[in-house]
Amino acid sequence: MGNVILEVRDLKTKYVTRFHEDVFAVDGVSFKIEEGKSLGVAGESGCGKSTLALSLMGYYFPPLHYISGDIIIDGKNISGLDPDAVRKTVLGKEIAYIPQAAMNALNPTQKIIRFVEDVIRAHEPKADKKEIRSRAEARFAELGLPREVLDKHAVELSGGMKQRTVIAVSTILSPKVLIADEPSSALDVTSQKMVIKMMRELMEKGYIKSMLFITHELPLLYDVTDDIMVMYAGQIVEKGTAKEMVFDPIHPYSHGLMGSILVPEEGTRGTTLTAIPGTPPNLKKPPQGCRFAERCRYAKDECRYHAIVERPFGEGRSYRCLIGVDQLREVYEHE
Amino acid sequence: MKNTLRQVFHSSKFLVGFIIFLLILLTMWVYPFLNPGNPLEMIGVGTFARPGTYFSLYDAVNTPAETLRLSDADDKRVAASMSMEDRVAMVEWFTLAEVDIEGLDINDTDALLDLWFANYDSSLKLKGMTNAKKNYYKRLDRSIREIRAADTFTLMHPDEDSGELVKRSDISKTDYINVGQVTNVKRLPLGTDNFGRDVLKELVSATGTSIVIGLIAGIVATFIGLSLGLLAGYVGGFLDDIIMFITNIFTVIPSFVLLILISYSIGQDQRGASVVAIVIGFTSWTWTARSVRSQVISLRNRDHVNLSKLSGHSLVRIILTDILPYIASYVVMAFILQVSSGILSEAQLSLLGLGPKTTEVPTLGLMMNWAMLYSAHTNGSWWAYFPVILTITFISFSLNLMNTGLDQVFNPTLRD
Amino acid sequence: MSETRERKDFSNGPLCLSGRGVTKVFGIGDRKTVAVDHVDFDFHEGEFVSIVGESGSGKTTLSKLLLGLMNPTEGEILFEGKPRDISSGSKKREYWKGIQAIFQDPFSSYNVFHKIDSVLLDCINMRGGRNLSKEKKIELMTEACSFVNLKFAELTNKYPFELSGGQMQRLMIARIFLLKPRILLADEPTSMVDACSRATILDMLLDLRDETGMTIIFITHDIGLAYYISDTVYIMEHGRFVESGKADEVILNPQAAYTKRLISDVPKIHEEWDLSTVDLLSKEE
Repeated sequence: MGNVILEVRDLKTKYVTRFHEDVFAVDGVSFKIEEGKSLGVAGESGCGKSTLALSLMGYYFPPLHYISGDIIIDGKNISGLDPDAVRKTVLGKEIAYIPQAAMNALNPTQKIIRFVEDVIRAHEPKADKKEIRSRAEARFAELGLPREVLDKHAVELSGGMKQRTVIAVSTILSPKVLIADEPSSALDVTSQKMVIKMMRELMEKGYIKSMLFITHELPLLYDVTDDIMVMYAGQIVEKGTAKEMVFDPIHPYSHGLMGSILVPEEGTRGTTLTAIPGTPPNLKKPPQGCRFAERCRYAKDECRYHAIVERPFGEGRSYRCLIGVDQLREVYEHE
Repeated sequence: MKNTLRQVFHSSKFLVGFIIFLLILLTMWVYPFLNPGNPLEMIGVGTFARPGTYFSLYDAVNTPAETLRLSDADDKRVAASMSMEDRVAMVEWFTLAEVDIEGLDINDTDALLDLWFANYDSSLKLKGMTNAKKNYYKRLDRSIREIRAADTFTLMHPDEDSGELVKRSDISKTDYINVGQVTNVKRLPLGTDNFGRDVLKELVSATGTSIVIGLIAGIVATFIGLSLGLLAGYVGGFLDDIIMFITNIFTVIPSFVLLILISYSIGQDQRGASVVAIVIGFTSWTWTARSVRSQVISLRNRDHVNLSKLSGHSLVRIILTDILPYIASYVVMAFILQVSSGILSEAQLSLLGLGPKTTEVPTLGLMMNWAMLYSAHTNGSWWAYFPVILTITFISFSLNLMNTGLDQVFNPTLRD
Repeated sequence: MSETRERKDFSNGPLCLSGRGVTKVFGIGDRKTVAVDHVDFDFHEGEFVSIVGESGSGKTTLSKLLLGLMNPTEGEILFEGKPRDISSGSKKREYWKGIQAIFQDPFSSYNVFHKIDSVLLDCINMRGGRNLSKEKKIELMTEACSFVNLKFAELTNKYPFELSGGQMQRLMIARIFLLKPRILLADEPTSMVDACSRATILDMLLDLRDETGMTIIFITHDIGLAYYISDTVYIMEHGRFVESGKADEVILNPQAAYTKRLISDVPKIHEEWDLSTVDLLSKEE
């Protein structure tokens, strides 16, 4: 077992709507990421995967509220810190966060080097301008970004280049965890590939120790991450290695999700895609039993009344379902 | 729809504005029942009667009196009759006569009079006092003593036959009448204006007229702006170019100058309140047209409009059912602002003397114009213009508050 | 994943919609952009055609040209072998009886002030069913809803925005089911719905084609999706078709450099995704 970089234990957070209703978007999530590993989060929109990313940073501001649970980065629990302390000691240094629209967050009137200065000086207030520049140039060269980018404005860069620049700038302090929430979904496939390649280099060269990658694009997740967990209605329904999750999903929901993958490869044409009817439950009033029961075609009566816990199986895998692993495998076999 | 209304009334800003406006409307509706009659009736002959309660002196004489012995009545009378000049003159005399006035308060009538009666001597020859001054002090002394001494007024009236004055009754200093028993009492809470008209009555009527002018101006401006904006935005092309050309021309000519020129050329005789309202509306539609156009352009290529086209719906139907409802909230907000600015424009125009005909109806602007022409502001008759300013302020405040409230409901990004 | 759907080959049927040198230019002079540049195409009756292109390739403009929401600057579009005439309002209406669309964003495809009933009734009226009895109309609407696995009884008197994105797109398909046009143009109908709903929608489109023999023109940026669903694929780059042909041929054995790049840049699951094909230092993106 490698060194655990990020450990999350039973994290619960909620949104409070304008009408003062609670939306339990992350409801009891636990996982670990070891050094040098990347973990993918898959799920439909509204399943809580983006909220999970925001919650992990420990940077809570309305409407997002922390309820309970621990977030431990390299042995340090950050879940109890106040937002100000989080901003000063955690963001950028321990955790870097790249949302989908990160590239649009760059102030168009400033040169890229200014953002580098901002990030470094937030943690090293006395850093020298020249030193910052040489550090930035070295890092950019390592990551395959032209150094001229540093003296350009954000508007002069293409979408893919902007996104790569944002990633390079926000990881300049070599944070332990990189949280990427759909970092390439707004880009075309070629730019997406470049972004992914750069993120892989960040990992290989040790500039980041671990990565949490969130996306709804399953083939991408499969190619980028070591492990995948599937999230549904605020909970993790299944965890496993990327290969296991894609080719041997156990939970009926992950099974459905993986059955809808489309890739331009021989043999995929003409197969029947798995469709899951229905819509996810309302997270204002989550169902008491299995959250997927309403849409699950294997659901039994007891599924609706029993709170279901994560059940481990195989080598480090776990799933959240009442039905046995072998039984499910058999059912899938005969479909 | 229901939900939107609920949200609108949830907004405290909108609610406060709405309540203020409703109260103004309620006053306009209720007040004429309490005080009926023509608001432009000149009830006073003099100008600018102070606010207060007026009762007929003639009727008061015939009202049965009660005797009340109030100990401070005399002092009040003297105090009221003694002007500041008299008081200063008295102190001057004390100084000349070398009376000790240490600690004397010039406003303390009792102390002043005590000192006066104790020391004044008309025969005393004081250094540096002219004869004229001496006589002045004699007169002052006499008048003060008369007020204190006189007991009754005698009321006489000429006999019908002989023409001799016959005593009718005495009015004693201790006679009091109950105001409630006087036959003719007139309350003028805001006094009268330069023509002797009841300002409050006039103000209520003027508020109504001004709001109607604002509404007509708002409807005209919104109608023109909305129609042109919808056409230009949706149809586009050459029609858009023409409409935007006209709109731009109207935009570059300052609308107020245009307003003045049009009003002037129409002439005083033709200018009724509704004509002025239409003229105001006709000069203020440009920004409604421009903003409606830009909203429509952003809607024009939305998929639901394309789908409506594919369903074979006609141009008019698409505009009315697929475009208009989407900008309705925006149009309502623009309309509210147009009403508010219409009321202000009328006030400005009338202040310049280009408002509606003065003989028919009062408007808020006309009231300001009259107050200004008869120098109400220089002679201190605040009641002739200050309530008008306050009313205009309240109307536009309430309308703008409603608009801001709506804006926050319909543009969630503005919410805090 | 083992079942397969029987796929009939419609790519040799009679011509339904074709174009010769179709061009659309926006702006004039120096600010001129050519969105669609002299494209030729032949869509056959009952064919499932995909037009694949990245953002900015001109595929959306082409879809508007095909729908007759825009007129081409140059070239001609033939509808059922005859030059398309949409010069007047009534001719346009006539054309739109033959071609209909499903758009990308279900949330902006509906007029939020109209109830679901009126959306469907509108289709019945358009098909000349204005004078049908109320019961007959409800029967038609119920049938259309059940085709897309929705229950009309649960939808009646509701507004479209009360549904989920996937349900809204299915309602769009129900609309097409009622209208039964000769051609359906689907402009990225699944890009804004979740993976699970996507499978349902694609399945319904295939059912629709199989049942009515409708030509479906599917516009997408997802080459995997295009491969899965279509008979014929057109690859579009900078306003031009760089490659076209049977899905199997184009995807498994691409000829044009652009198609090759596109396919290699998409993440794979059965084979290795080769990251070395992109050069981080290349300025061209």
